[in-house]
Amino acid sequence: MTFAFRPARIALHVFLVLTCLATLAPLLWALYASLRTYDDTARNGYFSIAESLTLDNFASAWTQADLPHYYLNTLIVTLPAVVLVLLLSSMVAYGVSRYSFRFNLVLLVLFTAGNLLPQQVIVTPLYRLYLLTPLPSWLSDSGLLLDSQLGLVLIHVAFQSGFCVFVLSNYMKTIPHELGEAARVDGAGVFRQYWQVILPLCRPALAALATLEFTWIYNDFLWALVLIQTGDKMPITSALQNLKGTFFVDNNLVAAGSLLVALPTLVVFFTLQRQFIGGLTLGSTKG
Amino acid sequence: MTALQSPPEPAGTSAPSPTSRRGRRRRATALAPRDKLVLGLMLGIPSLAHVALVWVPTLGSVGLSFSSWDGIGGFADIEWVGFQNYVDIFTRYPRFWPALQHNLIWLLFLLVVPTVAGLLLAVLLDRQLRFGRIYQSALYLPMVLSLALVGFIWQLIYQPEQGLLNNVLGTAASDPVNWLGDPDINLYAVLVAAGWRHTGYIMLLYLAGLKSVDPALKEAAALDGANAWQTFFRVTFPVLKPVNVVVLVVTVIEGLRAFDIVYVINKGRNGLELLSVLVTDNIIGESSRIGWGSALAVVLLLISLGFIITYLFQVFREEDRT
Repeated sequence: MTFAFRPARIALHVFLVLTCLATLAPLLWALYASLRTYDDTARNGYFSIAESLTLDNFASAWTQADLPHYYLNTLIVTLPAVVLVLLLSSMVAYGVSRYSFRFNLVLLVLFTAGNLLPQQVIVTPLYRLYLLTPLPSWLSDSGLLLDSQLGLVLIHVAFQSGFCVFVLSNYMKTIPHELGEAARVDGAGVFRQYWQVILPLCRPALAALATLEFTWIYNDFLWALVLIQTGDKMPITSALQNLKGTFFVDNNLVAAGSLLVALPTLVVFFTLQRQFIGGLTLGSTKG
Repeated sequence: MTALQSPPEPAGTSAPSPTSRRGRRRRATALAPRDKLVLGLMLGIPSLAHVALVWVPTLGSVGLSFSSWDGIGGFADIEWVGFQNYVDIFTRYPRFWPALQHNLIWLLFLLVVPTVAGLLLAVLLDRQLRFGRIYQSALYLPMVLSLALVGFIWQLIYQPEQGLLNNVLGTAASDPVNWLGDPDINLYAVLVAAGWRHTGYIMLLYLAGLKSVDPALKEAAALDGANAWQTFFRVTFPVLKPVNVVVLVVTVIEGLRAFDIVYVINKGRNGLELLSVLVTDNIIGESSRIGWGSALAVVLLLISLGFIITYLFQVFREEDRT
């Protein structure tokens, strides 16, 4: 196809460029505000040409709001949750897609439906359940599942496994049965067939899901807000609320802090965009 | 319709060739006891976690919605009150009807604006286009941000005096609109922000759907003398039906889950009440009425259930066919 300079084509490009700029505007506006000094914006307002640009706001947001601490909180929850959810979901997907037994479809429907429930339907009894579950103090200093990072990991794994089972079972159905068969003839048990034959073939789907799940768990707000009670243990997205108080009314700091919080997901998006997009389409159209 | 009623056996045999079917039968019966145990654990542990933490609480919400329990004392102190919570919510709770109305507006807005915009952009981008990938990336970008963060970023736009919007409109100095503070308009202001994030997702779903439309269909329509408009509405759009169902369900679920963005802006008050906020208020808010909060959650569940079931039928009926 040649790129002729037809008027319709040009109009299309103009429209798309404007739409993209409008889409990016909120982020660019935040970026612009974050690069200006408080004095500058206090004197001239935000809707003005910057006198100077500086990265100071990022440095202050970083230290004042103790962002490293909250990044770490998120990391402690997100990494184990992503690994566990992929491991457990792939096992279920393997069983459901490659063996036929009586509860095959029931199980698949259960997971798929579970992934569509609004969290609020779950959260009240879950809170009570966590409140009633004691944990040894080396696992949780509250002595309960409530207000513990383990509790947060567990609900992420349980809730997100719905989506992952659905996507992975669809993916595994496209892998020829002969492959598992050959391994079985060679004497491989069920687990070895799963671990050494099927799972390595699912690498693209697993990469896509890992990208997606990292973003979703990183972005979680509700679970942590309800299930974590000590502000100190909050992951970064839920701690945003506190940041607002820390920064008071300094919009430049709020903008810088917001962008810093967005940074990990933006990095993931720009480096792993193919996986991210792939994961979402895997979930919607099958295979 | 048949997927869930038919015995599970035909659904499992996804490969149509008779040899593989026979192979599968044989394998199902030939599993060694040890393999059976391993498979049972591989399926059992994750299922147990999912059921215990997702489905048991869901049923718990339904059960507790018929109770009056302030959470103090054990289960023995639960008092069963029948439908009293529902009656009270429907008749005496001033925040309920506004919240329900806001939820419905939320659904309607998300179903119309981002869907139309997303479909339009997908159609425009579904061709060989220079910079096409760059356009797509820019439009996808808001999707990776959490709704909480979207709330933060858009506050910078909606601020009365300092925000971008009033300054662009020229109303900042004279008569600033309080976009997020005015209960008559703040819902729509927030919806624009939520729609901003949602449009990229819808576009992505439709783009994937459009890519799978057989080009021969469009060629045939063109040969028959259909113009681009007719081709789209008579040929392409009907073929996209599965995608439409996914978009519908994704949007409804997203709409019912909406919570973070209003909570970040003003804790879901003053025109931004949503059912999700009312439920959460009963856990971390001032009051801790578990039965009450559960009844609100059940209302949310009932609204979502119809869409969830539609989706399941769509997905697992296809399962039967392939």
